Amino acid sequence: MHISSIAPEFIWAIWWLPLAAFAVIAPLIRPFPGKAEPASYISIGAIGISFILSCWLLISVWNTDGHQILVNGLNWLDITNGPIFNFGLLLDPLSAVMLVVVTAVSFIVQVYSRAYMHSDPSYRRYFAFISLFTASMLGLIMSTNLLSTFIFWELVGLSSYLLIGFWFHRPSAIAAAKKAFLITRIGDIGFLAALLLLYSKANTLDILALNSSAVTAVLSGGVLTLSALGLFLGAVGKSGQFPLHIWLPDAMEGPTPVSALIHAATMVAAGVFLVGRMYPLFDAAPHALTVVGIVGAFTAVFAGTMGLVMKDIKRVLAYSTISQLGLMFLGLALGGVWVGIFYLFNHAFFKALLFLGAGSINHATGTFDMREMGGLRKKLPCTCACFTLAALSLAGIWPLAGFFSKEEVLTAAWDKQPLLFIFAIITTFLTAFYIFRVVFMVFAGKYRGSQRLHESSKTMLLPMIILAIPALASGWLNANGGFERLFVSEGLATNSFWDGIVGMFTHPLPWISLATAGFGILLAYVMYIKVWVKPDRLKGNLHPIYAILTRKYWMDDLYEKLIAGSLLYRGVFRAAQWFDQVIINGATSGLASITKTVASRTSRTQNGALQLYALVAITGILIIALVVILI
Amino acid sequence: MNLDLLRPEICLAVTAIVVIAVDLFFRHKLLVTITSIVGLLVSFGMAISLIGSHELSVGNGLFILDNYAIYFKFLFLGIACLVILASTDYVKRLQNLHGEFHALLLTATLGAMLTATAQDIIAMLLSIELTAISLYALVAMLKNSKSSESAVKYLLLGAVNSAILLFGLALVFGFSGSTSLLDIAQTVSSIQVGNIADNAGLIFGLVLILAGFAFKIAVVPFHMWAPDVYEGAPTPITLFLSTVSKIAGFSILVRFLLTGFSLPESLSNNWGVILAVVSAITMTAGNLLALTQHNIKRLLAYSSIAQSGYMLIAVATMGIGSFHTISSSSLLYYLTAFAVAEVAVFTVIIIASKHKDNDDIADYAGLAKQSPLLACAMTLGLLSLMGLPPLVGFMGKLYVFSQAVQHDLLWLVIIAVVNSVISACYYLKIIRAIWVDAPASADNIRSSFAPKAVLLIACAGILLFGILPSILISGTEWGADLISGIWEFFR
Repeated sequence: MHISSIAPEFIWAIWWLPLAAFAVIAPLIRPFPGKAEPASYISIGAIGISFILSCWLLISVWNTDGHQILVNGLNWLDITNGPIFNFGLLLDPLSAVMLVVVTAVSFIVQVYSRAYMHSDPSYRRYFAFISLFTASMLGLIMSTNLLSTFIFWELVGLSSYLLIGFWFHRPSAIAAAKKAFLITRIGDIGFLAALLLLYSKANTLDILALNSSAVTAVLSGGVLTLSALGLFLGAVGKSGQFPLHIWLPDAMEGPTPVSALIHAATMVAAGVFLVGRMYPLFDAAPHALTVVGIVGAFTAVFAGTMGLVMKDIKRVLAYSTISQLGLMFLGLALGGVWVGIFYLFNHAFFKALLFLGAGSINHATGTFDMREMGGLRKKLPCTCACFTLAALSLAGIWPLAGFFSKEEVLTAAWDKQPLLFIFAIITTFLTAFYIFRVVFMVFAGKYRGSQRLHESSKTMLLPMIILAIPALASGWLNANGGFERLFVSEGLATNSFWDGIVGMFTHPLPWISLATAGFGILLAYVMYIKVWVKPDRLKGNLHPIYAILTRKYWMDDLYEKLIAGSLLYRGVFRAAQWFDQVIINGATSGLASITKTVASRTSRTQNGALQLYALVAITGILIIALVVILI
Repeated sequence: MNLDLLRPEICLAVTAIVVIAVDLFFRHKLLVTITSIVGLLVSFGMAISLIGSHELSVGNGLFILDNYAIYFKFLFLGIACLVILASTDYVKRLQNLHGEFHALLLTATLGAMLTATAQDIIAMLLSIELTAISLYALVAMLKNSKSSESAVKYLLLGAVNSAILLFGLALVFGFSGSTSLLDIAQTVSSIQVGNIADNAGLIFGLVLILAGFAFKIAVVPFHMWAPDVYEGAPTPITLFLSTVSKIAGFSILVRFLLTGFSLPESLSNNWGVILAVVSAITMTAGNLLALTQHNIKRLLAYSSIAQSGYMLIAVATMGIGSFHTISSSSLLYYLTAFAVAEVAVFTVIIIASKHKDNDDIADYAGLAKQSPLLACAMTLGLLSLMGLPPLVGFMGKLYVFSQAVQHDLLWLVIIAVVNSVISACYYLKIIRAIWVDAPASADNIRSSFAPKAVLLIACAGILLFGILPSILISGTEWGADLISGIWEFFR
């Protein structure tokens, strides 16, 4: 069947539909009393249409020669002999795939939110913010130039801030929102510096032009490496990589569907997207790409270890997200764009499903603390099935989606960098262990809490069941190499679908990864079901390690006490305060007292002041004249 | 004499006379306002009809009609229109001075329009004086002690300044033997490089003339009249002073320098550097002094002084390098952006001052609760003056600063950026008072339709030109086409 190519108007619509939903809900529906429901209908309707258009767009991109559609936009800023900034749309496989992921997850999460946020008094505000977020995210994905990417990048950060602090009556939510905003801002400095550097050297911020001039060596080595590292610093902040990861676990203070959408599937992946978007630039700067790989691999293990000991189910998932994003960066660095993006694509679905499952569990038990759960399998069968499926996918068990993307990262690491392969395989083990620790603690055994348990409503379960399909099968899209061919056009043979599903077992690598994951699950089973090894005894024996992990390697303390407290607050800020109070304040109050003296004189003797005014003016003339004539 | 090319000005002069007659013979004061607005609109229409006219020289070279002049005509007429609309409530306080208020505003606008068109130092001086004398009377119009005091100050200092300006013009005339800027330009351009000290008389004259203009645009150290006069004058007149009067000063400053003194290059480099230094001093002094103010009009006076400093950056770039057109375009952009923001801010003060006892910032506490429209307009205006993206003030700063960077004035840009940060302190002080502090009374602030319409227009301008700067930039690039005689001569 041939589907005709999508018209530019429809491509624009993908972006402005959620924006229009925000523009309608925020000022027109929110302030007026009445039913809250229409807000969600508008928002969900808009994103639904966007999703359909995105799918059409993906097919169009696939059918287009060169896999690229460029929509000319408005000339946003055009100064003769000065900068020209064009706000247009760049659609290639990367952005098309991202569009489908964002619109799909956003749609499902919004449907789920209708039930989850049902009794919240700020129901309409919630949908307004979600629409704003989606619009900003879509804008970020489709931008043709880095300046508009940066604007949307900030807008995404803003909506994330608003949604983390959604329940602003809770002090912890406000603190978390602030933390997220500030920490990501550190990364944004890098992004901005890279923009300025690139603009000053290449005289353009157009993404295609920058990527091509990186390849054609218009930009020299040092500039390339520096700007690539700057961009990566931005990505590190947004995607919660070490050492700017500390905001993401705290961001779990937001509503759970928000965590699913923003802090698992889409926004945190923006960093991965940015590196993918500027990949030719990174490719031309091998040192920067090495840094990307090392940071990714280290973060994957580092965050994974912290996930082992968390007691809050959402925090385990948060550390898991950080760890998985690390693997995505590793995939980008070693395997190229498509490996990282394929991982992102699969991860978005199963991680969103895990979060929605956590939300459903929270609805039943009223808590996120796993010590107050247990035995939920019987009361919440559907949630249990979906969650376990997603957990298997995350652990990388054949033939679920997570297996295939992890396989690509492992293969790339195996071929290119054995040391990083070790990191990746350790992550595989950690992932399997911590996620099945959650599954066993939550669903097996006896219920330890005191709530009356009930399965969630259909509005919540249906989105989860729908998400379970891609969590199971999204990996099969590359079984015949289709996903890879979308990105890497030349020289790839098509293999059959079944070959792709089972063919890789002729190689030892899948066996290693499956065995590692299986061992992780087994260990969790032994510790939390059979209790042959008592977790508490282990905790006692390994006390120092356990302490390090629960204190999150003292990273929070490092930032809050050492950097913020001692260095900044007691050091720099004190000095600044002294400077402000003694020097600036002294100078300004000196100036102020002069002004006051003048003013009081004005009221007493008007003549004196006037003469002073004239005197000052004439003195000024004389000084200028002397300077001009003598020099 | 092809005087029909001055038809917008003639129309305005006629309107001023008609306004006085209407005030004499009709009781209904609204008619005065309507007559003035109609006159301004007709004049505006006539200015539109001038676009693309090919006869450039008017009255044997007394005036010149280029895009630059026409752009300023539009700007002045537009602002005058907004000022009159914004003061429809305010004029009720002026007892029997309705007609005089409007007529003098019209003549002041007329003077400003002629200033932007003048190409002869006699015409220049007369146009400037026409604006100034009208304003002396307008400042005194509240007839209370504060208003009278500031009028006397303005008059006396203005007189001193006129003397300085006249002295400078006389020296230049004595040197060149002609009053036409084109002739002056030819004489000046023939100065041998390195011999500037030999022509000390001419240079001293130039310095005096620059000082005269600097007084009009309130640049340090010729700024000291501004806070006192801004504070005492009726608020619509303060608005007029800080926009039309200042912008007229810039229009003639640029024309005078570019036409008369752009060659030889060592000379233009000289005044470029002097203006750059003066600009740095002006913005720093303006911003620091503004920090300690409690009266909102005084504070805005200092803010307006600081803004003159930013504008001078654009003028300085004209002296230092080529690309005059883009520098002029950036100046026109900044001036327009500044005017729009000032209209928003001062219109709020005009409306609110009816309800507030005096103009202390503390009196604006809780304005957001009393009138959201006023609070929003004030906030937008102040944020635009501060230079926050995506408002028009930000684009103006970006445009001017980018020109400065291209002309190797990085040091000046750094000072300017630091200054913008300082300025945020006092702008945010007002915004905080408006939104955070509790109001003294819960009464709503009411006003008639016209001032509200002005607010809406100004806010729309701040947002529209900020988000879609290309619209305004295409206008300023057209308007930057200044026929600077000497360049024509060499072409």
